Amino acid sequence: MNKRMLMLGNQAISRGLIENGCALATSYPGTPASEILPTLVEWQQAENTRLHAQWAVNEKVAFEIAYTAAVAGLRSMVSMKQVGLNVASDPLMSAAYMGTVGGFLIICADDPGPHSSQTEQDSRMMAMMAKIPVLDPDSPAQAKDMIALGYALSEAFEIPVMIRPTTRVCHARQDVAVSPVLPDNRKPAFEKNPARWAATPKFRFRLHESLEQKLAGISDYAPTAPLRCNPGASGTLAIVVSGVAAAHAKDVLKDLGLWDRIPLYQVLQPFPLHREFIRHLESTCSEILVIEESTGIIEMQIADRHKVRGKASGTVPSAGEILPENISAIVAEFAGKTLSRPVLPASAPGRRPTLCAGCPHRASFFAIKKAVPRGIYTSDIGCYTLGLNLGAVDTFICMGAAISQAAGFYQAFRDDPKRPDIVATLGDSTFFHAGIPALIDSVVQNVRFVLVILDNRTTAMTGNQPTPSSGRGIGGEPTITVEIEKLVAGCGIRFCKTEDPYDVPAFISLVKSAVAYSRETGPAVVIARRACLLDRSQTESHHPFIRVRIDQKDCDACHYCIQHFECPALIAGGKDQPVRIDPAGCTGCGVCLHVCPKKAIKRMDHDR
Amino acid sequence: MTVKQQIVISGVGGQGVLFVTRLLAEAAMMKGFPVLTSETHGMAQRGGTVVSHLKIGDFSSPLIRPYSADGLLALRPESLAQHAGFVKPGGWAVVNSAHPVQSAGEFLIASFDADTIAGSIGNLKSVNLIMLGAVLGRLSGDIALFCTLADIQAALNMQVSATPSKLKIFAAAIAAGYGGWPV
Repeated sequence: MNKRMLMLGNQAISRGLIENGCALATSYPGTPASEILPTLVEWQQAENTRLHAQWAVNEKVAFEIAYTAAVAGLRSMVSMKQVGLNVASDPLMSAAYMGTVGGFLIICADDPGPHSSQTEQDSRMMAMMAKIPVLDPDSPAQAKDMIALGYALSEAFEIPVMIRPTTRVCHARQDVAVSPVLPDNRKPAFEKNPARWAATPKFRFRLHESLEQKLAGISDYAPTAPLRCNPGASGTLAIVVSGVAAAHAKDVLKDLGLWDRIPLYQVLQPFPLHREFIRHLESTCSEILVIEESTGIIEMQIADRHKVRGKASGTVPSAGEILPENISAIVAEFAGKTLSRPVLPASAPGRRPTLCAGCPHRASFFAIKKAVPRGIYTSDIGCYTLGLNLGAVDTFICMGAAISQAAGFYQAFRDDPKRPDIVATLGDSTFFHAGIPALIDSVVQNVRFVLVILDNRTTAMTGNQPTPSSGRGIGGEPTITVEIEKLVAGCGIRFCKTEDPYDVPAFISLVKSAVAYSRETGPAVVIARRACLLDRSQTESHHPFIRVRIDQKDCDACHYCIQHFECPALIAGGKDQPVRIDPAGCTGCGVCLHVCPKKAIKRMDHDR
Repeated sequence: MTVKQQIVISGVGGQGVLFVTRLLAEAAMMKGFPVLTSETHGMAQRGGTVVSHLKIGDFSSPLIRPYSADGLLALRPESLAQHAGFVKPGGWAVVNSAHPVQSAGEFLIASFDADTIAGSIGNLKSVNLIMLGAVLGRLSGDIALFCTLADIQAALNMQVSATPSKLKIFAAAIAAGYGGWPV
């Protein structure tokens, strides 16, 4: 078979996994890594291989399940975005010491830019901290090849291996070769060995020593050694690149006419950097330009600092994505060339993202602001972070922090005569992921706040993956449904009520009563339940289509609806022009009927 | 034959920028050309600015540099101002706009009222495919696209063969753009 297919980077990664005998795969969704697991299941269904694939409740749980399958001798993988690895960092640090039996890959996608993340952190730094090797692909095709390479490396040294693609690899598409799925007849086996799998501190010290020996071996491991991209070039200048910066640099060097003049080295394994490569650079080069995203991992391993031009020298930016035009300017200056045109950004600022027309979160936020106009609004990670546009999100940090931040504000203001009301919002998937421990804590400490769980029965932002309450798994298989109400009650919450946010008057009144309860008694929970409109798997909750129109006489173009509701189907006319309804965008939720202070939005009928 | 083309496709989340990019990329694949694209996923897809880069031929980088794109397909009027900086001198831009647009650089520019055509064919969400049809029908000679209407139809057949009703609607939208003429 010598077929080529157009593949998304994440799909090329999953193709590599299926071709190389991955038997267990776990993940928690997060951009830009979300498509790895679903496309893996598609390959598995097409190839009919033996594989357990599952979304886990969070990255820590996902990591521990996948890692343990590798302890039992199978090939496995866990995928996540970079901030997900923060959640899974606890098992990561220990797994590095204990090592693996079967190949274990941690596929951790970084997001320089950042395009869809809270941080630009470099997961290669996490690999360095854990003392495990990391591979840095430049393209979908290379990411796929690195799966085979990674499994071989993992099994040769009995060590977890990280693959670190970035957004430009995950969300690139490329024509990629499809290879046959290798037959895999591994059987699970677990050899009890307390000194390794249940190591106490004394044994951990020995494991640490053996980890250092493994790393020394890996820094001489030939299959992952740096590539010399242009063997024809010679001289005492050298450029060292990795990841997608390598892809940019190859094109840039050719376009600048430097391909035959400056040696270009592509590092496949930024940590540990190959010892022979470091010696080679230091003995043959006068100046070494290192371009990598987003921290200077490679440059910090080159001992002779005086020769290195990179992040530390200020030659390469330390923040933001390194675009090909930046590399063009950096390389030209390094080579002493002048560019014919100055480097200007090709993109002007565009339109900010917003909640979809008909999104139930918009209705919830509008109601919260009506019920508690002067509250402090803590929120969380998901589509609903966009409640920011509506002035209904004051803070967010990371998964689950809406609840703990509410607790922090409450304790800070507890003795203040003007103690503000606090309303926290977080989604159903985020509640399962990291909200439960914080909610238990709020019960124990009797934190006076209202938690609104925005329950759209899906993980919406990342592409509608199921949650523990969806009742289905990644392949559509039925699963046990975990009920949020019972969980909330189990945490010790005594006020928990559910309402449809589309029913605006009822929802406002429920939030008001929850706030009253929180002022007098303790933490209160409101569950705002209405399915995500983008989630085609949820068909049971159809809402009648409510046709609305703008009364031209009553609309005085105050733009209250535009500013405080921001529905994309409400279009501002010019100054003094009435607002219009975009028939292509309107989903007929009817929530805007309750928004206009002049009552200019009127109901026509509900005939669809 | 060595083909090298770089095309930027720009719009907002929900317009189907990714779908058009995918069709063009599949068409290139079917013609045996190497393909690289770069796409916007995640939060921006919620109505924010979405831009795709499509590179056909011998490239390593998935991103297009300023002044390097052969063309810009702009699915909204404001997409031109946002992304004109990618287009090279002598390149082209085709913009979805009800009104004629001013040139934003040293390249050819044409407006095409895809919103009105979408309304007239009763499919308001087909602006992306109408614009694709418009580009296929309008560019020729030195600036001709790497693929033809037939190539796109073949890619479409492969992409949505499972749902014949969709295929018909999509093909009709592309044909409407192909046959139509700018205002």
